[in-house]
Parts: sequence; structure tokens; C-alpha cells
Amino acid sequence: MEEAISSIPHLIEGLSVTIQVTLLVVFFATVIGVILGVFITYGSKYIKYIIRIFTDFVRGIPVLVLIFFVYYGFPAIGLNLDNFVAAVVALTIFKTSHVIENTRGAIESIHFGQMEAAKSIGLDFKRRLIFVIFPLAIRRFLPPWINSVADTAKGSALVSLIGVVDLMLAMQKVIGRTYEPMPVYIVGLIIYVLINYSLSATSRKLESKYRFN
Amino acid sequence: MTDYHFNFSYIWKHFDRLINGLLLSLELALISIVIGAIIGLMLAIIYIDFGRKYKLFIGIYVELIRNSPLLLLIYLVFYGIPSIGGFEYSSTTSFVITLSIYASAYLIEVFRSGLSAVEQGLIDAAKAIGLNYLQRLIYVRIPTMFRIALPSMSNTYISLFKDTSLASVIAVPELMYGAQWINFNTFRVIEVYAVITPMYLGVGFVILVLLRQLEKKYRVDV
Amino acid sequence: MKMESNLLKIKSVKKSFGKNIVLNDINLSVSKGEVVSIIGPSGSGKTTLLRCINMLTEYDEGSIQIENTEIGYTSSDETTRKKRNDKQLSSIRSDIGMVFQLFYLFPHLTALENVMLGLRKVRKLSKSEATQIASGWLERVGLSDKFKSLPSQLSGGQQQRVGIARAVAMDPKLLLLDEITSALDPELIQEVLDVVKKLAEDGMTMILVTHEMSFAKDVSDRIVFMDGGFIVTDRNPHETFHSNDNQRLNEFLSRIKQEKF
Repeated sequence: MEEAISSIPHLIEGLSVTIQVTLLVVFFATVIGVILGVFITYGSKYIKYIIRIFTDFVRGIPVLVLIFFVYYGFPAIGLNLDNFVAAVVALTIFKTSHVIENTRGAIESIHFGQMEAAKSIGLDFKRRLIFVIFPLAIRRFLPPWINSVADTAKGSALVSLIGVVDLMLAMQKVIGRTYEPMPVYIVGLIIYVLINYSLSATSRKLESKYRFN
Repeated sequence: MTDYHFNFSYIWKHFDRLINGLLLSLELALISIVIGAIIGLMLAIIYIDFGRKYKLFIGIYVELIRNSPLLLLIYLVFYGIPSIGGFEYSSTTSFVITLSIYASAYLIEVFRSGLSAVEQGLIDAAKAIGLNYLQRLIYVRIPTMFRIALPSMSNTYISLFKDTSLASVIAVPELMYGAQWINFNTFRVIEVYAVITPMYLGVGFVILVLLRQLEKKYRVDV
Repeated sequence: MKMESNLLKIKSVKKSFGKNIVLNDINLSVSKGEVVSIIGPSGSGKTTLLRCINMLTEYDEGSIQIENTEIGYTSSDETTRKKRNDKQLSSIRSDIGMVFQLFYLFPHLTALENVMLGLRKVRKLSKSEATQIASGWLERVGLSDKFKSLPSQLSGGQQQRVGIARAVAMDPKLLLLDEITSALDPELIQEVLDVVKKLAEDGMTMILVTHEMSFAKDVSDRIVFMDGGFIVTDRNPHETFHSNDNQRLNEFLSRIKQEKF
């Protein structure tokens, strides 16, 4: 029991790293993903094509491959990244592909008629984007986006495999000292489940709220 | 820039690790989706047709698994359970158990919505000719549901196939493990990933094509 | 009316959905070999009544008996009875056939398999016996070349004829038909009505809910007019259409005539 209490600080440190990684990834991926998402919706055929290839490529391979490739492979072409940066880069690439799809889906789901109505009132493209498309799209965007935040939190567990001391690796270090895996795993499980469950529950609540508006 | 020299010969020399790994990954995903589907189907039926208490327990089961990182589940089953159970099992066995349970949690949702999507009228027609509950389930509801659920199931298979890459962390000799072995022993990082990436992508592509064929064959206007 | 020859006895049946009373004190008897058509405006409770007969919809009060067996409950005594369980209902339902407005053929089975399913699994017939009976009925409804077709490959009229074959192959004591032509394109309606007429001529006891007035007049022994959850009139076709004095019925009939053109 003592051991359990004394390991809590380590787990909290690990948790904070997990949260840091997750937040950084969410931030970068969302910014880049939304921009590219707008491009793939409105861009020329070539832009659409290139971004399409990117998303299909990234989503078709396991996250682990991406992480290992960035960490082990980039040095070979001259980019030596430390493991934290590599982790964030890899996960960002991964989540960006989701955000792009997300954005595209949200924008395209807006009924064509509403676009026409906005045009006929005389709003130019930029104003249409801000006052009509954005408010409507955000409702379709948010629920799946929150879900992918949860997916990112789950995926962040993989960064332990390249030595980033997140919650997963912290857990394993604790087990290395206490030799009792189960209690630590259970605690870790509860933490991850709480975080992800509150995220996905929020996402579902938002989804039903928006559906009836 | 860099003076990295591409050298694929190392890869071809150890290519058997990749091919065998690929086959093992495909197998692991297949076994897991089958076991997961059996569990998932039973739980989905119980969820829909039995009472509220069951909905609660099954709901907890699903949320617990879906909101956990797969990596954690793998460790828990492989290291954790034996430590309190007093027994040991092979890494492959434990991975299949883990992935099957993981698959079942996702498939419960697929089957649940698939079963709910079966028109009430079809079930009424089955009742009208005198089929009892079990017969309606086996001869009408489940067959109809499978056709609705086929696309989701093939997507699930592709996901599971990608998830087998995590088996490498407990040294199951699947594709990722083979790739990492080559990576650590030959340092041909770029080449290795250049080879396994199309393998992963290729499987997804092939499954999609197969799915199209299946959909055409069993064309059902439900 | 001789009580002994009554196949179906509906007494004081009531049904509500929440606060909505859909069936108000329904009394109806049908003898073996009779063809009864139920007509009336939408919302009058016609389909609900039909569905209560094979307990697809549960009736709250009253009694529905087929050959003196209470259908939905263990007895007709409302103070002591319990709802029948699934097994008992399945057994009773196997003797009552139903044909649906939207056909509801099993989409994963061929026409022949659709008709055979009940014969194999409920009547427990062998494959060869079931095939014989099923193919016989498919031929009688004019689909001898469609045995291996899936429902998605059949027209509406063909699907409905399979639906009829599926119900009748079970050799039911009573056949219920719920607006079976309402979802069909006009040119496909006649082929279905012809099948029903032949069944009537061959002595099948039938209750039809229908909007096809001329057909109802042609094939029925009695016409029951329902409105607002009540049976308003229960007369023979001639009286119903040409010489009745009921105001509600006449209003309904004149509305129908207008709608047809």
C-alpha cells in the first residue's frame, strides 16, 4: 500500500506528459487540419488529389509505423529529433489526417441550399465563410473532433515505446519497482478511461444537442 | 542533406520475416474478429432484447474497453493477469485474447445498430408465420443484420489488422516485429518502412475490393 | 347465426396507445369460409384490429378466440388470465396467415425459400415435402419461373404474390390481409386481386382491410365499416354500398368516390 502511495507522484508526472503531448498534438493538428480541410473542399483538382493521397496514406498505416518511422527513420535523412518532438510530430501527422476528413465532412454536410441563400443575400465568400458556413459547420465538426481528441489521448500511450515518459511508461517504471503489475494497470486504466469517457460522452451529448437544432 | 545509401538487399535477405509476419498479422486479425464477433453478437442481442440491467453492464464493458489504450490492455492481459492468476500463456495467445475482447467492444455497437435497423415489419412477418424468438433471431434477424453490417465489419477487420502492429511489443513475430528486427539488425530503416508501408496499405485496398465484390453478389434491398 | 360454426370470435375488444383509444368495444364474428372486408378512413383502427387478431399488437381488454382458443391470453377470463408467452403465440400464429402492405419478404431468401421457411422450421416438414408444397403454391400464384429469384429482383406485384404464397402454404385456418395492394403501382394490382379472389372461391376464410371498394364488393360476404375505433356497420356488400341509411358510412363512401377521380 505504501508503495502504491509513493508511486502516485510518478504517475502524475507521467500523466502530465501524456496531457502535454495530447494538447500539443490536438493544437497543431487542428490548425493544420482545418486549413487543409478547407483546401480539400474548395481547392483545385490537384490540391484535392494531393491532400487525398496524404490522408489515405496516413490512415492506411498503423500509428506505430508512423511513430517509429519519424523517430528511427528521420535521422537517416538528417533530421534528428528527440523522442518527445518525434512523438508530437508523428501523432500530429496522424491526427491531421482525421481533422482534414472531419473538416471536409462538416463543410460538405451543410445543405447546398443554405449556401445559395447566403449567396443570394449578397454575402461575399469571406463573409459567407464566417457568418454562414462556419457556425453551421462547427456543429458537425465538433462531435467527431472531440472523439479524435480521445483517440489522440489513447494513441499517446504509444509514445512510451520510444522512451517518452508518459503515463504508460511511468506505470511500467513503477511496476519495475513494485513487481505488482495489476494494481498499477488498474489505476492507469481508470485514469485513461475517465479522460476518454468524459471526452466521448461530451461528444455524444453535443451530437444529440445539435441534431435537434 | 545526408549520405544515406539505399540498400534494399538487406531487406530481401530477411524478407521471409516480413512475409511471415504479414501472414501472421492477417491471421491474428482474422481470429480476433471471429471471436470478437461471436462475443459481440451475443452481447448485442442481450443488450437489445433483455432488460435494462443488462444494458447497463454491457454498456460498462464497452466503455471500459473502447476508452482504454490498446497498449495498456495488451500489457494488462499479458503481464497483469498471469501475475494474479498464477499461470502463464504465450504472447500470441494473450494477444489474441486481448484483440478479440477489443474487437468485441466495437462490434457490439455495429451489431446493435445493425439489428435495430432490421425493419419491424420483417420481424412481424416472421412472427406471423409462427417462428419463435430463437428462430426469428437465427433465420431472419441475424442474416438480415449481417448484410447491413458487412461494410462496418470489413472496416473493423482493417483496423484490427493495423492494430496487430502492437503485438510487436510483446514479441509476437508479426509484420511490425519483423520490420523492427530488420531495423535493429541492419539499420536499413528507410528501406524497411518503404517496404512494409505498401504492405499495410495494400491489405486495406484488397479488403475494400473484396467488399465491393461481396456487396454485388449479395445485393439485398433491405 | 350458429355459434358453433364461428371460426373467429371477437368480443368487446379494446385497445389504447397511451391516452389514445384506438379500438373501442369491437365485436365481430367470422365463420369458416367467410370473406369479410373491413373498410373505413385512416385512423379508424382497421389495421390495429387486424394485428390484434394474431397478437402482433396486444389487445388490452376483451376476447379474441380462434376455434374457441383465446389468442393473446391464457384464457378468456379477464380477471385471471395472463399474456401468452412467445412459444404459445408462435404455435397459434402458425395457424393464422398474414399478408402485409409492404410485403416484408425475407430479403436474403429466394422466393421459394421464403415460402419454405415456415414449412421447414414451424411445421417441421422435410426438405422435399416443403419444396413440393412451396413450389406448388408459387405456381398457383403464377410465379413458377421465379423460384430462385430474390425479392429485390421481383416487382411489387410479384413480391406480394410470394407474400400470399408464404402465408397460405402454412395451410392457415384464417388469412389476414392488410391493405395488400395499397403499396402497388396500379397496373400491378389486378394480378394480386386475382389470386385473392381464387383463394376466396376455394373456401379460404379471410379478413381483408382494403381500399379497393369494387374488389371488396365483388369478393366479400360481408363488409365491415369502421370509424374512430368503432364498428359502425356490418352488412352484406349490396346493402353497404347501395342501400344503407348510415350517415357516416355514406359520407365516407362519397369521399372515396371523389378521391378516385
